[in-house]
Amino acid sequence: MIAIFRGILKSQKMIVTCFLILCILLLISIFAPWLAPNDPIAINLTHKLQPPSLDYPLGTDHLGRCMFSRILFGARISLGFAFLIFISALSMGLLIGIISGYIGGWVDQLLMRIGDGLMAIPSLLFVLGFVGIWGAGLKQVILGLILVQWVYYARVIRGMVLSLKEQNYITAAKISGSSTWIIMKKHIIPNVLPSLAVMGTLEMGWAIMNLSSMSFLGLGVQPPTPEWGAMIHEGKSYIRTNPTLMIYPGLMIMLVVVTFNLLGESLSERFGVKRR
Amino acid sequence: MGSYVLKRIMTIVPIFLIATLLTFGMINLSPVDPAEAYFSAAHIQATDEMLEQKRHEFGLDQPLLIQYVNALIKICQLDFGISYVTNQPVWEEISSRIPATIQLTLGSLLIAILVSVPLGFLAGIKKNSGIDHFSRFLSFIGASIPSFWLGYLFIFFFSVKLDLFPVEGTGTWRHLILPSVTLAFPLIALYTRLLRTSVLENSQESYVLFARTRGIHEKIIMGKHVLRIAISPMITGLGMNLGNLMTGAIIVEAVFSWPGFGRYFIEAIFNRDVPVIQGYVVLAAGVFLISNLIVDLIQMYLDPRISRKGRQYQ
Repeated sequence: MIAIFRGILKSQKMIVTCFLILCILLLISIFAPWLAPNDPIAINLTHKLQPPSLDYPLGTDHLGRCMFSRILFGARISLGFAFLIFISALSMGLLIGIISGYIGGWVDQLLMRIGDGLMAIPSLLFVLGFVGIWGAGLKQVILGLILVQWVYYARVIRGMVLSLKEQNYITAAKISGSSTWIIMKKHIIPNVLPSLAVMGTLEMGWAIMNLSSMSFLGLGVQPPTPEWGAMIHEGKSYIRTNPTLMIYPGLMIMLVVVTFNLLGESLSERFGVKRR
Repeated sequence: MGSYVLKRIMTIVPIFLIATLLTFGMINLSPVDPAEAYFSAAHIQATDEMLEQKRHEFGLDQPLLIQYVNALIKICQLDFGISYVTNQPVWEEISSRIPATIQLTLGSLLIAILVSVPLGFLAGIKKNSGIDHFSRFLSFIGASIPSFWLGYLFIFFFSVKLDLFPVEGTGTWRHLILPSVTLAFPLIALYTRLLRTSVLENSQESYVLFARTRGIHEKIIMGKHVLRIAISPMITGLGMNLGNLMTGAIIVEAVFSWPGFGRYFIEAIFNRDVPVIQGYVVLAAGVFLISNLIVDLIQMYLDPRISRKGRQYQ
């Protein structure tokens, strides 16, 4: 099995497979309200802790809620917020990286030193501290995750802008009278895209994992919202009698994160991008 | 070499200053008034006069720059203020709980090194063998598994089903096994991967070819020369990860009810106990920078080419 795993990793098939899995997950999260057999937050104490049945494909939790529906809706929350974090961190990193690399001088120094300081604080601890000071809640967790992630994009983009600035074709474009904006749009941004694709894919996995960790600690998504990390937090008390309550959501987190990591890995091999 | 060491030490100072400045800024930009947070954490209904007096006591009526410099001087003396909840100095709260966390962290580091050094090394010298595939498989799983879930899986299989280890708590070495393995898992994934790549890269180096032409036995080339150099990225990874390990410990401690600092830190977050939060974040930044420094010095010892080249630091 492991040999097969190694085989598909090498080939193009891996990218396609991961992409397909992610498409399915995306469809699930978009169509969750229609796919789910039950209301994910409807409490029904007469049906609590039921084994799997036709009505409840994965059984029910301690409040009689349908586990299957909750897991489907969980995909929506995890993927949605991870995408939000990724897009925001990317935009912020893109903006700061390009400004830093293109303008240079003291602006560059200032921005990069702020980045160094941020990177000296372990990222999850920064988020925890941020949430601790600004108050527990989903908004703060997401903002904190964005604030620790932009640095990585900014550094990569800055480095590339710097190396590209020295290239002859950029000089040629400048001489022929292209504006700064045109140069960035036509020459610099297309060149950094492969690295960003790899980083972004890995970032999605990172964001899903950490968002669920925060929800597990009770700081992120709050019950009764069906988020996988929060579901593990709720299910852990039933580990002796109903271990599936915490096993299924964890499996989903792992599936999604493995897929994103494999996709990132395959993309970086495909494009010849070095991983951070 | 001496000047190199000195230069390297000096790079830490500005980064640490920026990290403290960021923490300070994070607190001052927040909508929370420390005086109000103090009284709400202590469950006291404060009057305006009491708030005013506390603000004066905290030095909040002084200019921001002076507040920052005062805070910085205190941090350098390991004085992080007084916890709003317990009214004890934060440093005492940290230092009384941190030994358990260090025990857990060292345990997991030991496990991670014991597993990943042989695994990564063998995977690197026997590319595409069974052990190589296994190491890559483990790296992927280890990097993608949420540690809190892994912790509960361990509890479920080894404590509930097989009854081999206690579910939670502390005391004997058996209490330490499950939490440290949980915490070690992502490290094993990372270190195995780093060592494997590095061994593969180093096997292509000319010094290996030269040693082979001299007729040195393959085992000696790999075990003595390549391993010594190839282990370097792994040591860097170790230094880079010490901070993450401190955070990972917070989650693992929550899962296993380990009586370290992590559990206390989460309580502090819920209580908005600002001095405790600030203290630990600053401390973690300090530990991170110092551990990276130590790691660099170890590398310099292992690979003398580094200081000769006067390696540039990012």
